[in-house]
Amino acid sequence: MIKISRRAAVLGTVAAGASGLARPAIAQRAVDFSGRTIEWVIPFAEGGGSDVWARFLAPYLSKYLPGRPNVIIRNVPGGGSITGTNDFFLRARNDGSTFIGTSGSTQFPFLLGDARVRYDYAQMPPVLVSPTGGVAYLPARFGVKNASELGRIKDQELVYASQGATSLDLVPMLAFKVMGLNVRYVFGMRGRGEGRLAFERGEATIDYQTSSAYLTQVTPLVQAGTAVPMFSWGVFDANGNVARDPTFPDLPHFVEAYEMMHGRKPSGVEFDAYLAFFGSGFAAQKPAMLPRGTAAPIVAAYRKAFADAVADPDLQAKKGEVLGEYEQAVGDKVEKMYKVATSIAPEARAWVREFLSSNYNVRFG
Amino acid sequence: MTAALLDALLGLLTVDHFAFLMLGVCLGLVIGVLPGLGGIAGLSLLLPFLYGMDQTSALAMLIGLVAIIPTSDTFTSVLMGIPGSSASQATVLDGFPLAKQGEAARALSAAFFASLIGGLFGALVLTLFVLIARPLILAFGSAELFMLTLFGLSMVGVLSGANLAKGIAAASLGLAIGMVGAAPATGEYRMEFGSLYLMDGLPLVIVALGIFALPEIVDLLRGGASIAERAALGSGWFKGIADTWRHKWLSLRCAGLGAIVGAIPGLGGGVVDWIAYGHVVQTTKDRGNFGKGDIRGVIAPESANNAKEGGALLPTLLFGIPGSGSMAIFLAGMILLGLQPGPAMADRNLDVTYTIIWSLALSNVLGTGLCIALAPGIAHLTTLRYALIAPFMFMVISFASFQATRSFNDMVTLLVVGVLGTLMRRFGWSRPAFLIGFVLAPLAERYLYQAVQFAGWSFLTRPIVLIILALTVASLWAGLRRRPAGAAVNTEGVGGAATRMLPQILFSIAIAGLFAFTFIEGLGVSFLAQIFPVAVGVVGGGATLLVLVQQMRGPKEAGTANFDTEASVSDFGPWPYLAWFAALIGLTGLIGFFAALVIFFVTFLRVVARSSWVQTAVLTAAAALFILTLAKALNLVFPGGLLQDTYDLPWPFR
Repeated sequence: MIKISRRAAVLGTVAAGASGLARPAIAQRAVDFSGRTIEWVIPFAEGGGSDVWARFLAPYLSKYLPGRPNVIIRNVPGGGSITGTNDFFLRARNDGSTFIGTSGSTQFPFLLGDARVRYDYAQMPPVLVSPTGGVAYLPARFGVKNASELGRIKDQELVYASQGATSLDLVPMLAFKVMGLNVRYVFGMRGRGEGRLAFERGEATIDYQTSSAYLTQVTPLVQAGTAVPMFSWGVFDANGNVARDPTFPDLPHFVEAYEMMHGRKPSGVEFDAYLAFFGSGFAAQKPAMLPRGTAAPIVAAYRKAFADAVADPDLQAKKGEVLGEYEQAVGDKVEKMYKVATSIAPEARAWVREFLSSNYNVRFG
Repeated sequence: MTAALLDALLGLLTVDHFAFLMLGVCLGLVIGVLPGLGGIAGLSLLLPFLYGMDQTSALAMLIGLVAIIPTSDTFTSVLMGIPGSSASQATVLDGFPLAKQGEAARALSAAFFASLIGGLFGALVLTLFVLIARPLILAFGSAELFMLTLFGLSMVGVLSGANLAKGIAAASLGLAIGMVGAAPATGEYRMEFGSLYLMDGLPLVIVALGIFALPEIVDLLRGGASIAERAALGSGWFKGIADTWRHKWLSLRCAGLGAIVGAIPGLGGGVVDWIAYGHVVQTTKDRGNFGKGDIRGVIAPESANNAKEGGALLPTLLFGIPGSGSMAIFLAGMILLGLQPGPAMADRNLDVTYTIIWSLALSNVLGTGLCIALAPGIAHLTTLRYALIAPFMFMVISFASFQATRSFNDMVTLLVVGVLGTLMRRFGWSRPAFLIGFVLAPLAERYLYQAVQFAGWSFLTRPIVLIILALTVASLWAGLRRRPAGAAVNTEGVGGAATRMLPQILFSIAIAGLFAFTFIEGLGVSFLAQIFPVAVGVVGGGATLLVLVQQMRGPKEAGTANFDTEASVSDFGPWPYLAWFAALIGLTGLIGFFAALVIFFVTFLRVVARSSWVQTAVLTAAAALFILTLAKALNLVFPGGLLQDTYDLPWPFR
């Protein structure tokens, strides 16, 4: 059973944005990593999305960190990424020789106040936040052309093949709930790929795929006339509002789709809860942080290096499926996006906990 | 299509690309020989080097590595009785007895030749099916996958040893231990004792090493001397090839089986060698020699495990869904190379697919040649005193175990499972049945739940489901007929009836207790997560009670339930050597793995192997160099102990 204590829940509410930092000007003189090896901790096994993300970025980071250190990936898998992140938070040296990259699956237990979580995002200074996105789609046979016609199937039971109630699939679950769709969940999928197979077999009748998988795997279905895209999750713009996904500029985002279906903007605690987990799971899915207590010049050096790395023309040319079209949050933008990824209002948290415990057997201690 | 195929071959045959293919093959050969290290560890080693490589070279290197592992892992399986990777566990059953009878050369050449047939068959399947496999793969939904797990479980029938109740209890024990962690239906945790480590379930590599490798290492140590009493290899290279040729239809059947199991995403291929082994036993009339050195018991699993890789590439390339653990890393490699798997791999990117196919075929041929060329050298190891080899084995299996989560817990788990494996071996509880249960437990539960959720119980009437059901019934019948005489393979050897029943009875009581615990834990969760643990607790508990009743009736009346290989030994059994391994782990808990390993090597070599100081120094230095090189390449920090908790030490002591 999933036990989540009240103490950890309180810990989560003070999360985010606690890192006041010095300006880069001081940093560049003091920090030099020449001849050193820097470890980028990934709390997942080799081959996962976070691993690929880090392995893609590492050579560019190495190029722009002062002194051009060697940047290596250290995978610390286990415990659904809680083990490695706990260990990093409690034990990592804060001299700039190591930092961590986490994912929505690491943020969610923290946001839900899981008792096994020992890390506190608010204490770790962020240096990069990578967004991602996805598209929800339906079978064409329902005759729903776009989101404005979603009302036609609101009483029909849809089936979604989910990886689990507290996994990243919590986001679509909350989205469908806010939307007012009647969705039944079949759990135990290992990855979105299995969910897509269930959809292609006709076993599942609503699905979403992350952007790159949507482009390569679902677009052929749309072209063949068997699937219809409904909406993208969207991204956050500079003001923290949901905006259209740059990968799918012609597709309405979730909030637009809600308006098309209901004729008004979504609001209320359900929507706040959705926004928090959407931010953490998509719009700001993968943050990279230094250990707590890292000196300001080191943080500044990392931020500059990531900003330069992301601007590198070679990276821009090769980013392809790994980073997608999404704007990486670096430099001054990183704090704001990090807060999105790692914080939730207390009422929204309480609502989600209640929602999960009364509907899906998630038990709280 | 033919032109594109030829283009891909020519592209691969340039010096550059071919060199990278060879690099992958050579590394794969080494990784495959080392027990416990397989495709996952090998591909992880290569991932950091992909940056900046051209696609063809990189793909050739990755495929070269993947393709040869099920060939080269045969060495330790045949020569030492220790599976070189999870793909050739079943090879041990007949391969090792053959080696002990002085027919290692014959067993190895038959295995390599069968691997070649399987590998080429897999490449052929990939070539023919990549264009049309999509609907075929889609035909296997959760209902069909559930039936396939049942089919896999039906192999327990032939792998249960002389006593069926014991075999069922062993399989149930595997099912129970395989259920540790989150329930697929609800995400609730079962039997994890609130531990973060156990919430993911036990890693397969550790369970396989603990169940098969550790007991064998300890047993070989007890035997003293060297593994091979006579000439290491014996003769019979051509005999082995002739054997495989004589059984070519068997080889092709098993290759087909392997390719199918590999191609169906979700089955994982972890038991493909056992399914092939079960198949050959079921379809053979004169099965008396299986488990004692029947060459067909080598040919079947080796044909299947190489073919599996070709099959597993189908869902990986077409759907981006990895068919196995190593395919997941291969997929990551493709994405890092800028290749996105999907329908385009059978269309726009067909050239890439053909490059992969040719790499697969070429590396199977090269790998087989290399293995045959290296066999005499590697076989020479078996003429050395085993006390000199054992510390290296302990080192490699420890290293392989903490590949799972990089933590000290991995080593502790290895020891605990190793003790269980040693006891199962001693009391004749089928370890293959246990492993099949362990691998299939989470799959069976997941797919049953999903099938019922998606389609209701009407899933039982789907045509493919009915076909697999018929196969399962046939397989059960083939395994159970003519019992108790010649129907099943004695996976734990033969003989060993005891006059004192107490040790066996105590073990059976402990197992019964475990089933009671499974049952009680099952009652503590919600209904959907409850069904499986409760059912396994009842079935396993019932079978164990039956064994207990038989054992209680006395040594003679117990019949086939009486089995104790330690019944009449005069030494302390395997325990002193297990204690050495436990000491290595305990010391790791104090001062960290690397320091503990050095101390362990020196002490073990001086005390057990009675080496000279010079020999001790040379072997310890070699071990240290080896493990440091491997750890450096994987960016690995060794598991730490109390010392590392207190002080921040430099690598490798960190």
